[in-house]
Amino acid sequence: MAGGGFLLSFRWTDALAAPLPESAAGEVSFNSYLSISPDNVITILSPNPEVGQNIKTSFPMIVAEELDADWKNVKVVQANLDTQKFNRQATAGSGAMQHSWDRLRKAGATARLMLMEAAAKRWNVSSATLTTENGFVWHKESGRKLNYGALATEAATVAVPTEVKFKEKKDYKLIGKPIHNVDNAEMIMGKPLYGLDVYRDGMLLAMIERPPFGTKIKSADVTAAKAMPGIVDVVVFKDKVAVLGKSTWQVTKARKLLKVEYEPDGAVESTTDHDRLMKQLLDKQDVKPSRKDGDVDAIFKTAAKVITREYQAPFLSHACMEPMNFFAHVRSDGVELIGPAQLPEDTRKNVAKLLGVELEKVTLEMTRMGGGFGRRQRSDYSMEAAELSSLLKAPVKVMWTREDDMRGGQYRPAMRYRFQAALDAEGNWIGYRMRGVGVNSGNSTRPDHFPAGAVPNFLVDSVDHKSPVTTSPWRAPSENFLGFAEQSFFDEIATAANRDPIEYRLSYLDKAQKTPVGAVKYDIDRMKGVIELVAEKSGWGKNKKVFQGFSAYFSHGSYIAQVAEIEMQNGNPVLRKMVAAVDCGVVVNLSGAYQQVKGGIIDGLGHALYGEVTLKEGVPDQKNFDTYRLIRMKEIPDVEVYFVDSAINPTGLGEPALPPAAAALANAFFKATGKRLYNQPFSKEEAMKGVNLGQSS
Amino acid sequence: MANYTLQINNKNYRVDVEEDTPLLWVLRDNLGLVGTKYGCGIAQCGACTVHLNGIAVRSCVLPVSAIGTKKITTIEGLSANGEHPVQKAWSELDVPQCGYCQAGQMMTAAAFLSKNPKPSFEQIEEAMNGNICRCGTYHRIREAVALAATKRK
Repeated sequence: MAGGGFLLSFRWTDALAAPLPESAAGEVSFNSYLSISPDNVITILSPNPEVGQNIKTSFPMIVAEELDADWKNVKVVQANLDTQKFNRQATAGSGAMQHSWDRLRKAGATARLMLMEAAAKRWNVSSATLTTENGFVWHKESGRKLNYGALATEAATVAVPTEVKFKEKKDYKLIGKPIHNVDNAEMIMGKPLYGLDVYRDGMLLAMIERPPFGTKIKSADVTAAKAMPGIVDVVVFKDKVAVLGKSTWQVTKARKLLKVEYEPDGAVESTTDHDRLMKQLLDKQDVKPSRKDGDVDAIFKTAAKVITREYQAPFLSHACMEPMNFFAHVRSDGVELIGPAQLPEDTRKNVAKLLGVELEKVTLEMTRMGGGFGRRQRSDYSMEAAELSSLLKAPVKVMWTREDDMRGGQYRPAMRYRFQAALDAEGNWIGYRMRGVGVNSGNSTRPDHFPAGAVPNFLVDSVDHKSPVTTSPWRAPSENFLGFAEQSFFDEIATAANRDPIEYRLSYLDKAQKTPVGAVKYDIDRMKGVIELVAEKSGWGKNKKVFQGFSAYFSHGSYIAQVAEIEMQNGNPVLRKMVAAVDCGVVVNLSGAYQQVKGGIIDGLGHALYGEVTLKEGVPDQKNFDTYRLIRMKEIPDVEVYFVDSAINPTGLGEPALPPAAAALANAFFKATGKRLYNQPFSKEEAMKGVNLGQSS
Repeated sequence: MANYTLQINNKNYRVDVEEDTPLLWVLRDNLGLVGTKYGCGIAQCGACTVHLNGIAVRSCVLPVSAIGTKKITTIEGLSANGEHPVQKAWSELDVPQCGYCQAGQMMTAAAFLSKNPKPSFEQIEEAMNGNICRCGTYHRIREAVALAATKRK
């Protein structure tokens, strides 16, 4: 046989998720984010959980920019949960950049001033005569320079300046550039980075059988499973049955021998129940409006034309490629948690509460996440690990299989919307009524969205049905479907008024600007800006051989307009291209930003086309990727992305590109075929029968 | 339980596991080669792709008893220092988002390019269509496979 001798003594400790590196000798800390070693290694801690939104690269870029550091000397380290040092270590609502922009800039800018001050003392010159560039402090007059490492120890003794001036956009050297993902080198080598990659000596692997929604355990016979080789224990807890063992495969096999019977514990619901309930809720009387302008009832009575449309969305799985998992080691002196968490502070609190231990005794190490999409904002799976570790008095890693993830997990709430528009005899839009309903959807509306401010008689409200089916935020919560429904409806209004949808939208944005009714909470100029940009870049209306659909949406502080382009090939509509114009303020990392928008659009299209979880008596029909279809390479259109050149503080980009994508597609589909799409997944709509949008010539 | 000698990344490993254990779990649980990922367990997503005598296979459904003396390559063994054309292209085009599926994507691409060194756009799509990326990095993956083809000697 080729190769060397036998490697026999493998230890799990050799395969740990990357631990925090030891501090370099003499490393000097400047603030929570930044330390510099005498040998000139600039270490920047990135405090927020990384799910693929690229925050681990973008955050340190901002510190390095204001520091004037040489990016080549920057070492980025994922911080653990540390509420003393950091604020909002969270991945939620595309809010990280808005929250931390000034904090990160300040961390870099104050350290830069301290380094300059140290150099001024060393050279006995005024700091006003000094400049910085690429990791050096310069005294240009005398030609002297020192790198940051050489000044770090002295600089740390300088008083931290209270006032700093941030760079102007024109002076940026890193921000706005395509800086590559700091984890690329490890990812392409297959290094352990994820929660599922955590292995420890003595660790038990756990898989858990969970009850169908709305049921509890009636009886559990675990004898056969427990007798299987490699099984350490089988534990019944909280209507769940956990099988624990030394190897994943042995646990998998033993689990199949569990005999668990369930009985109802609350409502046991099916998708047919939800469909019926949602339709009923659309007609519910005496609902408190979320926003009301003018007199909607009166205007709808006198309108020349009323358009009413309804749109429905199914439950969706988050389908993170890395299924839920967590490592916990509950010891007498403290609790060690390692794994994927979008809200690590919540996770720690929930675990501390569950175990009845002090918060300070719980540490949490954040791993890179194989996707999150909102699912990992919940602590259910980390609490399972903590509870089992506490019961078994051993380190435990809980692993959900794909089937667990899809069947017993958390879903994007199912939703249904009814939109109504009143037009006068000239086609003017004079009344608007919208209701959102859903299963655990909370307020599924955004009452201050366009056409708020532009249409004088306006009413938005929402109702939800409380269900035992567990739901959680799913990339761009509510908006992921509202964006489609709303932007499809607006296209119908423009069509009914015999107007071009872009021209029609701009005219109502004008109206909201000049004669606003009620509060206008979106920036009309920025909205117009992206619409005009997408019209220009897509060549809107110029190519008569293609069918274009338009949408424009504001969410998470960012403005995005999209145009989808369909081409007819032998009578089949083929989605060729998506064009997006984006205003998210300053673009921090151009490479990451392009991919967030492209990926968001692909995700939005894929789920609108295929995504669906249906239930029969609390049990999901879809169990894995054979029945829960995700979009694949052959089905994607080209995507062009254009950013508005802006100096406004950066806003969210992980979510905003998704909501408008399906509407642009549906509106183009209407132009191409004369048929509207109202319900997702589109693949089940009558209008899509025999259509293959991804078919190439 | 049975003993198996596996040749992985040009090294020999001896493991004592049940004969129906999928290679994926031998790699991850027994050998600490965790670069190969679990995504679905039913050969639908491609996250667990490894090479068996140079052919891309789904390790989540490949029982260890079926391997025999065939040579296994995992992402850890694709190159010593990340210098395989596919790895270089992935890095150069900044492909990964969350990164979880990318080892499988790269292993599929590497096996494909060794059989088809100068692929067309359509052939790349056909070859890569079995690998799911939930983040939607497909454009960059497609471009990286094409770039890797130009880097092969």
